[in-house]
Amino acid sequence: MLFPQPNAKGRFGIYGGRYVPETLIPALDELSEAYQTIGRSPDFLAEYHHYLKTYVGRPSLLYYAENLTRYCGGAKIYLKREDLNHTGAHKINNAIGQALLAKRMGKKRFIAETGAGQHGVASATAAALFGLHCTVYMGEEDVRRQALNVYRMKLLGATVSPVTSGTRTLKDATNEAIRDWVTHVRDTFYIIGSVIGPHPYPMMTRDFQSVIGFETMEQLELAEGRKVPDVVVACVGGGSNAIGIFAPFAYLPDAERPKLIGVEAAGHGLQSGAHSASISAGKRGVLHGSLMYLMSDDDGQISPAHSVSAGLDYPGVGPEHSYFADAGLANYVSVADEGALIGFKKLSEIEGIIPALESSHAIYHTLELAPTMAKDQVIVVNLSGRGDKDVTEAMRVMNLMEADNGKN
Amino acid sequence: MGRINEAFSSAKAENRAAFIAYLTAGFPNETTFANHALDILEVADILEIGLPYSDPLGDGPTIQKSSEQVLAQGMTTAKTFELIAELRKKTDKALLVMTYYNPIYCHKDGEAGFLKRLKEAGADGVILPDLPPDQADTLIPLARELKVDTVFLVAPTSTDARLKLVTEACRGFIYAVSVTGVTGARTALPQDVPDLVRRTKAFSTLPVAVGFGVSGFDTAKPIAEVADGVVVGSALIKTIAEGEDLKALSSEIARACQR
Repeated sequence: MLFPQPNAKGRFGIYGGRYVPETLIPALDELSEAYQTIGRSPDFLAEYHHYLKTYVGRPSLLYYAENLTRYCGGAKIYLKREDLNHTGAHKINNAIGQALLAKRMGKKRFIAETGAGQHGVASATAAALFGLHCTVYMGEEDVRRQALNVYRMKLLGATVSPVTSGTRTLKDATNEAIRDWVTHVRDTFYIIGSVIGPHPYPMMTRDFQSVIGFETMEQLELAEGRKVPDVVVACVGGGSNAIGIFAPFAYLPDAERPKLIGVEAAGHGLQSGAHSASISAGKRGVLHGSLMYLMSDDDGQISPAHSVSAGLDYPGVGPEHSYFADAGLANYVSVADEGALIGFKKLSEIEGIIPALESSHAIYHTLELAPTMAKDQVIVVNLSGRGDKDVTEAMRVMNLMEADNGKN
Repeated sequence: MGRINEAFSSAKAENRAAFIAYLTAGFPNETTFANHALDILEVADILEIGLPYSDPLGDGPTIQKSSEQVLAQGMTTAKTFELIAELRKKTDKALLVMTYYNPIYCHKDGEAGFLKRLKEAGADGVILPDLPPDQADTLIPLARELKVDTVFLVAPTSTDARLKLVTEACRGFIYAVSVTGVTGARTALPQDVPDLVRRTKAFSTLPVAVGFGVSGFDTAKPIAEVADGVVVGSALIKTIAEGEDLKALSSEIARACQR
């Protein structure tokens, strides 16, 4: 085990578990077994790290954002550049890991769900690399918002299956992927993109993404002479990029642990009900196989999520984040759509780096936080993805906002 | 003996499989639902009432759409229990609630409050497709205390260890899923259904009912030959949605249940 959680039943504290149809339980048992034996073997890990190095382009840079630091006038700001990975986001770290495992398990077909399309692209990429077919489920609303990624997936040889049920976003794409999996469980491997889903997925995805945090430790030691920064900031939807950078720090002894800040999407504002802030404004419940914080009404019907960023537009948050929140191992705040757009513009102007709208939430929080800190303190922000995919949507939303401001 | 046990005993005494029907609560509207339920119970032994859920990941398009529709029409947990209470005044047949775990977990009075209201409404059991018994540590003891039957599912992929665990947690009957997949009417069912029933029965003396995919006489008949009950859901919902003859379909299934 890389980390002390989850327990043998797949629980992070009370969270996690396996709330799925019985049909899938034997497949999850098989996967747990394969992950513990094959997935943690030196041979497998060597192959995994080989692809991370030669194909993904790891280690990703830890960049000292000098301009941004000067602009904020406080703590030194470092950016962990997951946006520089092949395919443009952190999602590839996990997709390669799961795809390699699937290949060794003899699975013939991949399925994946996607919101912003980054995980879909990463899965389609891994499928192309390993010569397997991938079907990607994507909500119809996200297909519209992320047309560029839809085309990329098709170019990579994947089938994109638009989902028209429910809210037509990531939540519904995940339902549809699970339905496909229940139907084709004997030969299909479901590559889950976030730290959600039934055990062992939240653990496995966390482990594959934890390369982000472990690299940060090494790189910060070289840059600053210490492995541990004062603060780590990351955006949180389902929570995979955040877990990736948090996990190696979260289980350090209390005195050594940096402040870990997860930034949820407040959408139109927490009071509006149109947001994706499951920890900040949600409650406990069960979705997609796990007990976690989520957004639902009094009857347990899942509430529609909203965020300007499709990748955070999900009404739940991974079980390990739910556990971190309760145990006080990490703090969770939220940033609204407008703040994210400011982060998006500022980082582009000041550093010449266009961040994904998801990561822009973390950037905005950093803009607020850094000035309140001392100059010898260090913040690491996980820049989970690049913003090319978001340019059209950002332009559309900013034009709408400007038009609104003009009226007022 | 509970109503569910009685239903299976009488069916057995009459040398037929029990007919278990599923209807989504309040579909297509509350009044029509109640009429359909009573019509079906003329020939069916047990009625499963679907408490609609926003994210029914075990259901195919037919039941998904019916759930979406009734939720949009304002169906709630409390209203579903009211519909059951009304039905209970008019029938003595066994009624079960089929739903997903989150509506129970999030109930304002917790799992206990949910089960208590279910029992007060006159329902006899609960079926939860996304709650395997090893995740039901809190629900099972509460259900036993309130004498609410817990029906869990076995699947074609279930190992012997899982069959043992699941069947031991079942009360009333065992729900065997005919196919790897979601609910929905199919024209043919896999060859290994009798095998799953036989394997299940090796672990329990409870009745085994088979569901998922039954669409009419031809799919119901082979199941009735080997199992103690036949579950039909999507085909009924589809018939209602398309305004076809529900009584004709129910009679056809009932006929298929005769041995």
